[in-house]
Amino acid sequence: MRLTQGCFSFLPDLTDDQIYKQVQYCLANGWAVNIEFTDDPHPRNTYWEMWGLPMFDLADAAGVMMELAECRKVYGDRYIRLSGFDASHGWESVRISFLVNRPPKEAQFELSRQEVAGRGLRYTTKRRPAQQDALS
Amino acid sequence: MLDRPHQPSSDEDPAKAPFPSSFDLRKEAEAAGITATLRELDRELIGLKPVKSRVRQIASLLLIERIRQQAGLVASPPTLHMSFTGNPGTGKTTVALRMAKILHGLAFVRRGHVISVTRDDLVGQYIGHTAPKTKEILKKAMGGVLFIDEAYYLHRPDNERDYGQEAIEILLQVMENQRDDLVVILAGYGERMTSFFASNPGFRSRIAHHIEFPDYSEQELLAISELMLQERGYRFSAAAREAFVKYIALRSQQPFFSNARSIRNAVDRIRLRQADRLVSDLDRMLSVADLETIDASDILASRVFAFPAAEVRTDGTSAPQ
Repeated sequence: MRLTQGCFSFLPDLTDDQIYKQVQYCLANGWAVNIEFTDDPHPRNTYWEMWGLPMFDLADAAGVMMELAECRKVYGDRYIRLSGFDASHGWESVRISFLVNRPPKEAQFELSRQEVAGRGLRYTTKRRPAQQDALS
Repeated sequence: MLDRPHQPSSDEDPAKAPFPSSFDLRKEAEAAGITATLRELDRELIGLKPVKSRVRQIASLLLIERIRQQAGLVASPPTLHMSFTGNPGTGKTTVALRMAKILHGLAFVRRGHVISVTRDDLVGQYIGHTAPKTKEILKKAMGGVLFIDEAYYLHRPDNERDYGQEAIEILLQVMENQRDDLVVILAGYGERMTSFFASNPGFRSRIAHHIEFPDYSEQELLAISELMLQERGYRFSAAAREAFVKYIALRSQQPFFSNARSIRNAVDRIRLRQADRLVSDLDRMLSVADLETIDASDILASRVFAFPAAEVRTDGTSAPQ
């Protein structure tokens, strides 16, 4: 199952050139660029681990690409995303976030239902354990 | 890593359109802004013949390289890391700034900014502090020029556990692997740079251009002082100019003489004395000419004239400013 999260995730994966241009756009807007990685890409998991500190005050995206290359070297088997944080007054939030690396074998999710009182249903997105991934 | 995204992409798809067979060199040079930048270099920087000719050579190579690329010939991006050696005040920083402009005009660096650093900006205080610090600076310099002033301080031969070595290793690695992303310029005084390169052979071989900045002659120093005055809206009277020629002759014999920087300081002090002279007589009506003219007395009041050069030279103890 192909994970879709953040911008561009219904497009083919971005090439490095395309990532470079997106990062350059973020820097031109004065956003702080973060590299984050995780092995738990559940949609409700907002706390990915950070690779280094947020990067701002850069003139060129090559610096971010250098860090990304290093992060891929270490965590190439995990999900890596880039996000651009806009610190300007009134925004103070993430303006862009997109995946830049996927593990060779992607995580699998399933929807589970729970019957509750009055024939109501509760839905939960659950990650399938690794051995079940193999069956699907 | 990156497929050289900064290369000037031609408007038409090279696969479809045939390569042009002739090129208008003048137009290309002008489009890249080289002619204007080199002219500016000639006008604003006095003397420095070897430096200018080297800068011109590099600019020509870059221009030809760019045209070759358009012609579909094999174009290998040249190594552009440089080292500037010379005595204090010979214009190393100024030329580095111009260099960034030229490289940017020719699209060999993408942004054309200069990050000027010294040892303190690269080397950390404790274990594990250096690498992030150096990388931070490198990331900032990407797409532009990293100017490392007094680069020999990075290497401390007397302390083998000095963190400077770590910064040097990171620098070398990035200089080698990301030649397209940044240009590193090392600057420092002649002999100390030589011994720095001797103990770090990796640096020497990764730097393509070693440029020597010569000391200025006395005529050049005079021309520099006149240019500085002109920029600040002053001029010498005939007598003042003569006095300043004498001043330069004396000052250049004295210790701690640092070429154009000493001249700049002298000019600033002369302005102080001129202002003082004008203010001392409050009942006078001033003309514009009074305001912009430097008199001989403004220069002769300098302490430099109180110490005959020969005397200072023999004992070498006094350092008048």
